[in-house]
Amino acid sequence: MAVLLDIASWALLSIGGAFVFIGGVGALRMPNLYTRIHAASLTDTMGAVLVIVGVMLQAGVSLAAIKLAAILLFLLLTSPTASNALASAALLAGLRPGDTVATHEEQSE
Amino acid sequence: MTVLFGIFLLTLMVITALAIVHTRHLFVAVILTGIFSLLMAANFFLLDAADVALTEAAIGAGISTVLFLGALALTGEHERASTSSRLLALSVVAVTTLIVIYATFDKPRFGDPLAPVHQHVSPWYLEKTSEAIDIPNVVTAVLASFRGYDTLGEVFVVFTAGIGVLFLFGARPPQNPGSPGKITAKPGQGLRHYLIPRIVGRLLIPFILLFGLYVQFHGDYGPGGGFQAGAIIAAAVILYALLEGEAQALRVMPHKLLIVLMAGGALLYGGVGVASLMLGGNFLDYSVLAADPVVGQHRGILLIEAGVGITVTGVLLSVFHAFASRGKN
Repeated sequence: MAVLLDIASWALLSIGGAFVFIGGVGALRMPNLYTRIHAASLTDTMGAVLVIVGVMLQAGVSLAAIKLAAILLFLLLTSPTASNALASAALLAGLRPGDTVATHEEQSE
Repeated sequence: MTVLFGIFLLTLMVITALAIVHTRHLFVAVILTGIFSLLMAANFFLLDAADVALTEAAIGAGISTVLFLGALALTGEHERASTSSRLLALSVVAVTTLIVIYATFDKPRFGDPLAPVHQHVSPWYLEKTSEAIDIPNVVTAVLASFRGYDTLGEVFVVFTAGIGVLFLFGARPPQNPGSPGKITAKPGQGLRHYLIPRIVGRLLIPFILLFGLYVQFHGDYGPGGGFQAGAIIAAAVILYALLEGEAQALRVMPHKLLIVLMAGGALLYGGVGVASLMLGGNFLDYSVLAADPVVGQHRGILLIEAGVGITVTGVLLSVFHAFASRGKN
């Protein structure tokens, strides 16, 4: 049973790590702000959920697991809201989803 | 493994610091400062300093970023090009860096039990906490009881900083302050027009406040205490102000109340010291506050932590409102 739990948690942590990695690559490589937000939001939804559930399996039935569940709930509420607020602010500031704006150049000027 | 993680985090911090220096866009610099603080908090946590990590995350990454953004809304987003010589600055930084690196050669190795810091008073604190104060979190025992004078000083530093900001910003703003940057909604209205963050925020604010109280009163048993709790509670009210507009937040916690909080917390802390003097002990010696010295210590720590939390909340909110109301007219 312990071995099964370990395997499940290992799989969840690996897949979660992969999502975080893909999100990171996407945030760097995507052409404009909205696609970058889409990539980055992958990190703090799928990535975070899988990693936290993987850690919960390691924690077993304990206070730590309940705290992790609370963190998970908090992240599930706040991260999509933050992504939505960011995209909405960009839209309000006048950035059209079609534009390919190179924000890197703005930063490194 | 700890060393590896530590080196990784410190490298990221150096990269962040260089990026902060390099960028001319102040908004980017503020966000990078927040990232820097978050990395620092992770680093503190790695060093088992959970109390410090909590403070750094709450104040450094959270509230400071909001205050910086408030300041940016009053000024501008771009740094003015520097006219002074860069060579002088560069050489000063280079020499200082070399001296600091040279000094590290004399430092004890990471985690060395024979390091001077573990030989001095630390063993005494660890030994005395369980018998004299009897709370599990030694950090709180040291902060609130053994070194209560230092913490009293810190509270007064926070209080003085709050007074300073109020003096600077309390003066009447000029009648025609020009354009206060790009504000898309009506100023002072917050995000009333925008439903999603409002609803999620309303859902979360009670829990953030509850967590703040937990951090405040659980400080004896785990990481936490007045400084962190004050920052968390202030963050909840600032979130409310951002969502519902500053005027609404001021209706909930008016300026007068904030000033009473600022002074009241520091007064409570000092009052506990005077009370222990009256009862025949030394200043801030909580043992005389109850018949049993250990119970007295518990009471004293509870009271002064509450004082710290109240002052920190009052000062942070006053500073926030000072920035926010300045941009409005």
